[in-house]
Amino acid sequence: MTTSDEVDFERVTVSDLSRFYGRRRALSHVTLECRAGEIIGLLGPNGAGKSTLLSVLATLAEPSTGEVRYGRWTARDGGANLRARIGFLSHDLQLYPELSACENLEFFAGLYGLDRPEARAHAALMTAGLEDRADDVVEGFSRGMRQRLALERTLLHTPRLVLFDEPFTGLDEASCGALVDRLRALRADGHIVVIATHDLDMVDGVLDREVLLRSGRLRSLDYEGTLRDRYRLGVATPPGAVKRSREAHDPVDGVEAEPLV
Amino acid sequence: MRRFLQVAWLVVRKDLRVESRSKEMLFTTLFFAISSVLVFSFGFVRAGQAVEGAAAGILWIAIAFSGTLALSRAFERERYHDALQGLLLAPVDRPAIYLGKLIGLLLLLAVVEAVVVALVTFLFGAPLFRHGWWLVLLLSLGTVGFASVGTLFSAMLVRTRSRAVLLPVLLYPVTIPVLIAGVSGTAALVQPEPDLAMTRLWASLLVFFDTVFLTLALWTFEPVMTE
Repeated sequence: MTTSDEVDFERVTVSDLSRFYGRRRALSHVTLECRAGEIIGLLGPNGAGKSTLLSVLATLAEPSTGEVRYGRWTARDGGANLRARIGFLSHDLQLYPELSACENLEFFAGLYGLDRPEARAHAALMTAGLEDRADDVVEGFSRGMRQRLALERTLLHTPRLVLFDEPFTGLDEASCGALVDRLRALRADGHIVVIATHDLDMVDGVLDREVLLRSGRLRSLDYEGTLRDRYRLGVATPPGAVKRSREAHDPVDGVEAEPLV
Repeated sequence: MRRFLQVAWLVVRKDLRVESRSKEMLFTTLFFAISSVLVFSFGFVRAGQAVEGAAAGILWIAIAFSGTLALSRAFERERYHDALQGLLLAPVDRPAIYLGKLIGLLLLLAVVEAVVVALVTFLFGAPLFRHGWWLVLLLSLGTVGFASVGTLFSAMLVRTRSRAVLLPVLLYPVTIPVLIAGVSGTAALVQPEPDLAMTRLWASLLVFFDTVFLTLALWTFEPVMTE
């Protein structure tokens, strides 16, 4: 019998991961390593497989081939204790609109077995700047307010691995700035942060490393310039013509280079 | 075990809280159940006299149809905003989520059944309260069997587009033994000379079906919910 404290990890290793939906291939031979105290940007056009990769990392979907290791654990042998170390803010916010902000947080605090759920919920509402709306039902919240609340729900149990899918959606400038500060604080606290986003200007300078997913394949953005320039080059460059600093199949900063076609 | 029940209770409390605010499932299910009984009453009651033996069947048809409506909505609010993903990511035994959803549904159906039983008694002149405790037992066992399978199927179909059509197609063939046992047990209870031995037999069969269905549902919920 393990406890969630025992199932802790300092790195997540994705090895030759593929994921199929029927005959459609969403992820193809993805290899990636994420370390504690690191923010990794998962970039790519729509339908590239970013959300699928986040779902697999969150243990919500199983790989078709390959594996994900959380330290020495896999999703199967880590089970519920491993899930206690993962926080996932998906594009859909996983909130109950009929419940108040406080009730939503208390419910999830209860599910995570946190002690003093009321106090935790109150502290999270303070951080989200929603303490004066604590008893209002979420249905009446703006998208930005829901996003802030969902962010606090994700971090309520101080997960080791934090997965964000488009976390800047609906946030105003001040909230975006607060989120960027929060990301930096998570890095400083030794969390592993993986963030899928199209808001390149927002995360430029925040990310420690960025990888590009395109048609389910992963590649590093090994170019010069701003994040937006590198992203454009990465998307425009056809498969097989990726500039590489090492031999094919050797990990480049934890990303397996795309094999030559 | 304590944590398992605690999680189930959290889900029940959450569902009741949501339902108390929206009243969506309660009103639609009640409306459907009452409408069904009223329509049947026009067909089966002539000059104030109900067709003999019709009451038991009508009672269970109303429960099954309105129950299907409730079941089809059971995981709908989890699908909305993908709250289901939040539930599945939580470090809990996933069958506890199933149990919580099932208990919430059973409470809702208990309210609906109370109204339907009163209505059938009134419109069909059926002596449903003659052996009230037996009726409560049959209804409880039958509803558990029906809803335990239905909750599992509802969860299975939550990600499919044609879930509203597929649920009854899958549900009725599997739960037909429960419905037959429920109707037969109730019929033995409300006939002019109540046959309690027969009612006991059907109730025993319902206990058997409930045990099988509940065990299978708790066992299969985890793999069913993993993509």
